[in-house]
Amino acid sequence: MKVKVKLFATLRDGRFSEKEFEIEAGSDVELLLKMFNLKHEDVPIIFINGRHADFDTRIMDNDDIAFFPPIGGG
Amino acid sequence: MDKILRINMSAKGGPALKEESNAKYPGMGGRALTTAIIAGEVHPMANPLGEENKLVIAPGLLSGSAAAMSGRISIGCKSPLTGGIKEANSGGQAAQVMARLGYAAIVLEGRAPEGELYKVVINKDGVKIDKAPEYKMLPNYDLIEKVKATHGDKVACISIGPAGEMKLGAASIACTDMEFRPTRHAGRGGVGAVMGSKGVKIIILDDAGLENRKPADPEKFREANKVFVEGLRTHAVTGSALPAYGTNVLVNLINEAGGFPTNNFKEGRFAGASSISGETIADIETKRGANPTHGCHRGCVIRCSGTYHDKNGKFLSKQPEYETVWAHGANCGIDDPDKIAMLDFLDDNYGLDTIDMGAAIAVAMDAGLAKFGDGDAAINLIKEVGKGTPLGRIIGSGAATTAKVFGVERAPVVKGQAMPAYDPRAIQGIGVTYATSTQGADHTAGYCITANVLKVGGFVDPLKSEGQVELSRNLQIATAAIDSTGMCLFIAFAILDQPETFQALIDMLNAFYGLSMTADDVAALGKQILTMERDFNKKAGFTALDDRLPRYFYTEKLPPHNALFTVTDEELDSVYNW
Repeated sequence: MKVKVKLFATLRDGRFSEKEFEIEAGSDVELLLKMFNLKHEDVPIIFINGRHADFDTRIMDNDDIAFFPPIGGG
Repeated sequence: MDKILRINMSAKGGPALKEESNAKYPGMGGRALTTAIIAGEVHPMANPLGEENKLVIAPGLLSGSAAAMSGRISIGCKSPLTGGIKEANSGGQAAQVMARLGYAAIVLEGRAPEGELYKVVINKDGVKIDKAPEYKMLPNYDLIEKVKATHGDKVACISIGPAGEMKLGAASIACTDMEFRPTRHAGRGGVGAVMGSKGVKIIILDDAGLENRKPADPEKFREANKVFVEGLRTHAVTGSALPAYGTNVLVNLINEAGGFPTNNFKEGRFAGASSISGETIADIETKRGANPTHGCHRGCVIRCSGTYHDKNGKFLSKQPEYETVWAHGANCGIDDPDKIAMLDFLDDNYGLDTIDMGAAIAVAMDAGLAKFGDGDAAINLIKEVGKGTPLGRIIGSGAATTAKVFGVERAPVVKGQAMPAYDPRAIQGIGVTYATSTQGADHTAGYCITANVLKVGGFVDPLKSEGQVELSRNLQIATAAIDSTGMCLFIAFAILDQPETFQALIDMLNAFYGLSMTADDVAALGKQILTMERDFNKKAGFTALDDRLPRYFYTEKLPPHNALFTVTDEELDSVYNW
């Protein structure tokens, strides 16, 4: 299945901003972390289609997945 | 820091100075002190621009000491924008310098005769107040240039621009930064209009020959400050994200969450978000030789500020904050960082709140005065404010007034004050704060974005109503207390996650004042402040019905989540039940 992955802030360093990937059906977020060599503490904020997701959230075809490092402002 | 300076601008024969001890307000600084003085001394039904109102300027409890991050100043009054009590908070150099001069508060009272304008100069030898007709209607940057010629650039200034002199509802009070630029503002609630009504253009603070305030227990204080700084440096938000990208790192995140108000709160995502994001702007700043990592006051270790240069590499403005980039950017459909930086400069120069100005321009765009996305039209509208034309005075009175004058239904305000950069339908916790804060719609009053989006201090689903009241209540209490210490609110990211950093803050306060406060005492202080503010607002005519969002947030769905604000009235009414 096809998914869009977006990385933000420091996660882009040495990686990419936005890319499409073909992954196996039934994969979860954890698989993507492994693909991009990211640890849990690197990505406390994960969105799938604009909703908060977790490491074990199952990914669906055409999902839009966004990873953020720890950030804040206001 | 044991004196209160009162300046009666109504006195016969010109302004009269009076110094007294702060014994009447023991252990109070910052917001605690501004609130106590306003609640205790100003009639709740006073006209905010009249003789009975007071403007109270107070550094925090730790300002002027060696404590890191202690450079915040509170400015309080009855607000001409909300009609309730107000505390607007600013960085810059003023808090540290004023505290070293020994003042817990400066209170401007009365009102100068119409047309008279004054400057106040305070140094180690005393206080001087003189007429300053040469400063009349000067924008802040021009004013500070003039002051530089007479007082040098080592002083700190608190000033108003033309908006304050015109007593407009969105007028701010500027504080100079480390480079002696008027870039840091007590922005919200029209505090600049109250300073203008007193007839005071500028307060020049000179701490030459004075030293840092000394703690009661220097050894313990030094140790606590060390642990505190270490905590800020190791936390990922305060130690790395804020220094690298500034507050504007939030653009992509809040946009992703679907809570980034676009085109006057019609949508939760902005197609141009990437062009105005923190990542893009930090990149522009680096390429143009500006500085993306910069503190707004001495002693800041987070350094979330920065400078922004134009295409020719010349200083244009400070690095616009997230709220400004949103207000003048997405909310007006503008995706050009240069235009947004120009709007930021103009706001600082005329002395205007960037949030209420961005919201007012978006309302004006909804009314057809300009097209969404037209940056030049937005710049011209702000220039109208600077010129003081009738149109400019309407816009400069804020979003609520602009909506009324132009017959726009969609006015994103609570208690007359414009909502900041988070749509309460997609991020419900911040909606509770907007609705119930004593200050009107104000994100800093109880920053629920922490647990709703950032996953700092726990997690509460932003799209559901469950848990939002408790989250907002606890943050409003903690914020009122932090606002009294002189600490920058951004320390909250570290102290919410790291108990040892919170303890270090308490240890610093105890070591400085020779106290033995606990975390419970800090919470009690927060509750005491909020209670004083609530009581004042009640006596000023506010009821539970003022603690609501505008109806369209309950009835008009926000894309992409098609969300509505679903926290019930009963839940909102329970925020202050503790």
